[in-house]
Amino acid sequence: MAKPTFEEAFQDHQVPANKTGYWSYTWHMVKVNKGCYGLLAPFMIFFIICTVIPVCMSLPMSFMNFNMIQSPKWVGLSNFYTLFLNDSVFLIAIRNTLIFAIFTGPFAYFLSFFVAWLINEMNPFLKTFFTFVFYAPSMTTSVYVTWQLILSGDQYGYLNAVLLDLGFVSKPIQWLTDTTYILGVCIVVQLWMSMGAGFLAIRAGFQTIDKTMYEAGAIEGIKNRWQELFKITIPSMGPQLLFAAVNQIAGSFTVGAVGQMLVGLPSTDYAAHTIMNHATDYGSVRYEMGYASAICFVLFLAMLLANKGVNSLLGKFID
Amino acid sequence: MAKFRRRRKVSIEQLKVKDNKNKHINGSVGGDICIFLFLAILGIFMVFPIYYSVIQSLKPVEELFVFPPKLYVLNPTTKNFSDMFKVAAEYTVPLSRYMFNSVFTTIVICVCNVFVTCMAAFILAKCKFPGDKFLNKVIVIALLFQSQATWIMQFLVYSKLHIIDTYWVLILPCIATPMNLYLMRQSMSTIHDAMVEAAKVDGAGLFRICWQIIVPNSKPAIMTILIFSFQQAWNLNGGSVIYSEEYKTLPTIVQQISLAGLARQGVTFASAVLLLIPPLVVFLIAQGNVMETMANSGMKD
Repeated sequence: MAKPTFEEAFQDHQVPANKTGYWSYTWHMVKVNKGCYGLLAPFMIFFIICTVIPVCMSLPMSFMNFNMIQSPKWVGLSNFYTLFLNDSVFLIAIRNTLIFAIFTGPFAYFLSFFVAWLINEMNPFLKTFFTFVFYAPSMTTSVYVTWQLILSGDQYGYLNAVLLDLGFVSKPIQWLTDTTYILGVCIVVQLWMSMGAGFLAIRAGFQTIDKTMYEAGAIEGIKNRWQELFKITIPSMGPQLLFAAVNQIAGSFTVGAVGQMLVGLPSTDYAAHTIMNHATDYGSVRYEMGYASAICFVLFLAMLLANKGVNSLLGKFID
Repeated sequence: MAKFRRRRKVSIEQLKVKDNKNKHINGSVGGDICIFLFLAILGIFMVFPIYYSVIQSLKPVEELFVFPPKLYVLNPTTKNFSDMFKVAAEYTVPLSRYMFNSVFTTIVICVCNVFVTCMAAFILAKCKFPGDKFLNKVIVIALLFQSQATWIMQFLVYSKLHIIDTYWVLILPCIATPMNLYLMRQSMSTIHDAMVEAAKVDGAGLFRICWQIIVPNSKPAIMTILIFSFQQAWNLNGGSVIYSEEYKTLPTIVQQISLAGLARQGVTFASAVLLLIPPLVVFLIAQGNVMETMANSGMKD
């Protein structure tokens, strides 16, 4: 005898609803919960158009040659060959991105944790004030004009003027065009802007910790702020730290916009050229979309791997 | 007997006076001062570029190019801001059009974003249905892909949809942001299931539960995602997807003005400040809400 379908079984009360087989049960649950899908639909439509399709499309597109005018042509792995074996600029970009990533990733992460901790030690008014002060730069995208003024290459650039006055240098330094300084300058400005949502999450994480934990700690013999930090605070705010880490990875692997505004695209001798700049160069300037897709795909892959690595690393430290 | 009672009362009050809630258990005054100094120095570095661009925008021409530069204004003027309109008058459309574009897209993005995100977050936080675990995982992974790298690939999609060089191309990518959905979901999942169940028993549909039970109870989270989408929308730079002058937004035009160089420094800073102030003010007003929401932002798995 054939297995009864869900409806038959349900009507005859022969078989309990969850014993009719996985697929018919799932289909039944889908129909019961169709209201859920209805409410999810508006978000998911926009989400699929703007995030899922672009990210998933980067793989098939990277096997094509596509310039937006002619129809795409299948070229196999040739984009990846060129990328890793023939494109010396891409290798520079990888190097620069890694240097950037170390400073705007782990370094900025620890810095924002450290700053958030210090802010948390202040009284309520100063807490609000300093949180605002440190978060403010990440809200601004237009203030790079001030940085251009500060870092201007002639002797009237503010930084140069100060250094000349103090006698550290004998002639003005071309901060934005001298290849020895470009990367450093971009990293400083990027760090300045890097206290974003992750910083806020860590800052708020401190407030969720139960005050009585500290009292209990004091009774158990914790003597100073350092012990408090390592024995109580860090172990109890793991979830916020993970969230901040994801934000930091997404930010640090795709740096490039600030550098593009400050030192131009491409920067002198590609000194501050990141993978992101490379992708922008091929995608938005030269319209070689196939090649740009290959670059983006490599970037996405790197981000996913870094995310996995950080998750397992942090998982060890936090219960 | 009466005497004894009075003495006890006094001693309890004395105990209460000693109980100081703001005092740190393991803090010291010296440590507090060191921390304050450290934060103050770092804070000056953070604020200086912002402060300086505000000051520059208020300086009259005679003061703009004084060297060494002054960190304060002697005769503050709003001339730079009115000059901005004159400079923009040389472009094909007046400055008010760019402002309208920015305000219009910002309002549309904020409203749509909150509407769409609230419903999806409610479902993900409170409902069980086939595929819910998968979707929750997708959202967490999607937090990684909210950057410029996806913009390049989005360009292909938009060109297929034929919406390049319209308002749509500005509005569409900002409506469904994984970050906002994630924050909203985390804060909605702290609401008790009993409230949802009570409403279900009373016969409310999902849509009604969402807007009459859950949303009024998550005002801080809504303020937070409003702020985030406001920041994103206000700083939206059409750049490579908008070509016609009449659809360009303020950030694009600020970039264009600043390319004019030294001669228009006052105007450059005025326009930068115009762009800078609204997000700062909005954040300052709603900071308490943001902190409350971010406290729930942790990843549990």
